Amino acid sequence: MAISRDEVLHVARLARLALSEEELARFSEQLSAILDAVGKVAELDLSGVEPTAHPLDLVNVWAEDEPKPSLSVDEALANAPDRDGDSFRVPAA
Amino acid sequence: MIDTLRLTAEEATGMLERGDVTAAELHRAYLDAVADRDPEIHAYLRTVEEGADEAVGVPIALKDLISTKGVETTAASKILAGYRPVYDATVAERCKQAGLGLLGKTNMDEFAMGSSTENSAFGPTRNPWDPTRVPGGSSGGSTAAVAAGLAPWALGSDTGGSIKQPAALCGVVGLRPTYGTVSRYGIVAFASSLDQIGPVTKTVRDCARLYEIIAGRDPADSTTVELPEPVQLPEAEDLKGLRIGVPKELNEADGIEPGVNEQVQKALDLARELGAEVGECRLPRSVEFGLPCYYLIAPSEASSNLARYDGVRYGLRTGNGDVRAMYDHTRNDGFGDEPKRRIMLGTYALSAGYYEAFYGQAQKVRTMIRDEHTAAFEQFDVLVSPTSPTVAFELGARTDNPLAMYAADLLTIPSNLAGLPGLSIPCGLSEGLPVGLQLIGRQFSENVLFRAGHALERALEFDFVPERYR
Repeated sequence: MAISRDEVLHVARLARLALSEEELARFSEQLSAILDAVGKVAELDLSGVEPTAHPLDLVNVWAEDEPKPSLSVDEALANAPDRDGDSFRVPAA
Repeated sequence: MIDTLRLTAEEATGMLERGDVTAAELHRAYLDAVADRDPEIHAYLRTVEEGADEAVGVPIALKDLISTKGVETTAASKILAGYRPVYDATVAERCKQAGLGLLGKTNMDEFAMGSSTENSAFGPTRNPWDPTRVPGGSSGGSTAAVAAGLAPWALGSDTGGSIKQPAALCGVVGLRPTYGTVSRYGIVAFASSLDQIGPVTKTVRDCARLYEIIAGRDPADSTTVELPEPVQLPEAEDLKGLRIGVPKELNEADGIEPGVNEQVQKALDLARELGAEVGECRLPRSVEFGLPCYYLIAPSEASSNLARYDGVRYGLRTGNGDVRAMYDHTRNDGFGDEPKRRIMLGTYALSAGYYEAFYGQAQKVRTMIRDEHTAAFEQFDVLVSPTSPTVAFELGARTDNPLAMYAADLLTIPSNLAGLPGLSIPCGLSEGLPVGLQLIGRQFSENVLFRAGHALERALEFDFVPERYR
C-alpha cells in the first residue's frame, strides 16, 4: 500500500512536523513499506469481535474530589522555554 | 574490594546488613566501575553522586524516561534535553523510600521506540559481551549497565519487548510485569495501553525483590491495581507440578536462529528433569498478526501522547514566525527519525477514513490474541519460547530498515498485547552471545514466573559476567 508524497505532507501537517524535502521522500518510502506490513490486519474477518482498548477489566475508577497539594506556579514554570511573569510566553498566533 | 561484576543485589544487601560496607561505599564502587568501563559501553546518559550519603540500600540505575526530581530526564530525545522534572515518578519515589540511592539515568532508544538503543539522540549503547554489537532495546542502557557491573540492578520500561529483549541480548534477567501492577505516574509516555515499568537484575531473586519495591496500586495512576497476593521470594529448586506449554508458532517462527533454538531446547530438557510437565500448544494467529497489530496500536497511541511536545511548557523551542511555525519546527528539530515515523504512522492510522480499517481492526485483533492466550492457559501454567529470535546483532545492521528492526520484537509482542507478564532469563550462549528464555504467565502470576525462573536459573548455571571481563 503506497503512500504518496502529498499524503505524507498532509499527515506531517496534521502531526505538526516541518519535514524537509529529503525527509518527505525517505518517509514516503519507509511508511509505504510499513503500511504494507501492518495492512495485514485487514485479512481477518473479525466482525462481531469486541475491540480491546486496555488489557485489564477495569472500569470507572473513582476518586474523591478533594483538593490536594499541587505544583507551585514557580515549579510549573521552571522548565518553560520562555516565561513572562506567571505565564508561558509564545509567539503570536 | 567490591567486585561489581559478580555482586548481586541480594549479596549487596547482606553486606550492608552485616556492616561490611556502607551504601555510600557501594555507590562509589559502582561509579568507579562506570568510570572504568562505561566510556566504551555508554550505558549511562548521566551519573549522580548526590544523595549517596543518605542512602541505606543497594543503589539503582533508572531508565531515562523515569522522572527524577532535579535530575535531568530526557527519554534520550533532543526535545527534552535539559529538562529537570520538578517531581519524582512514583517508581523513583518508591526506590527512594526503600533507601535505594540513584546511580544515574540509563540510555535508551528515543521515547523507548526501538530494539537496539541506536535510536538514542545521544549516541548508542554497546553490548558488554561484544561492543561491536547492540545491547537490544529500548532499555539497552539498563541491561548493559547490569551486565557490565555498572549497576547492581536497574529499572527499564517495556511496551513491545523493551525490557525482555535487551535483557536477553545482554544475558541478564528482565521482567515485564502484568499490565497495571506498576505505576506509570511520572513516566514519559509512549503507548499507554502497553507501557510497563519493570526490573532488570542479575538473578531472579533480585528481580522479585525489586518488583516487590515498585509494585502495587498508586492513587496517582488510575490504571494500577493492588497485587492479589504478596510477592514471594523464590526458594524451590524443582518444578514439580508445573505445566509448561511450548507454543509451536512462538518457537518455530521464521527468523529464529538455530543456535537460539538449541539453547531453548536445552532449557526445556532441564525443566523436564526438574519435574515439569512440558507439552506443545498453539497460538494459531498471535504471532502472525501480533506485529502488525502492535505497529498500529503503539504508533496510534504515541501520536497522541507525543502531541504534548509543543515547545510551550518545557523542552526545546525552535522556529521563527508565528506559533504554528514554532510548533512545526520545534517538533521537527526535536524528534529523531523513529518518533517521527511512528507519529506519522499513528496520525495516518487514526485519521478520517482509515480509523476503522486500521486502529479499530487492530483492537479487534488484540481481542483475538488475548483469547488465544487465555485458551493456552487453560492447560498450562507457563508458556515458553525464545525471547529474541536472534542473539545481539551488529551496530548499524538494521538502522536503515525499520521493518527489520521491528522484527526483533516478534516473540515478545503477542503476550504484551494480551497484558500478560513475561520474564526473560539467560539460558546459554550461541556464537559466544547470550540467549534469552521467555517465560509468559497468566495475569498477576509473577510468583509463578519467579518460581520457574529461579529453579531454571539454578539448574542452567549461566555465568552472567561477560566472558571478556572475567
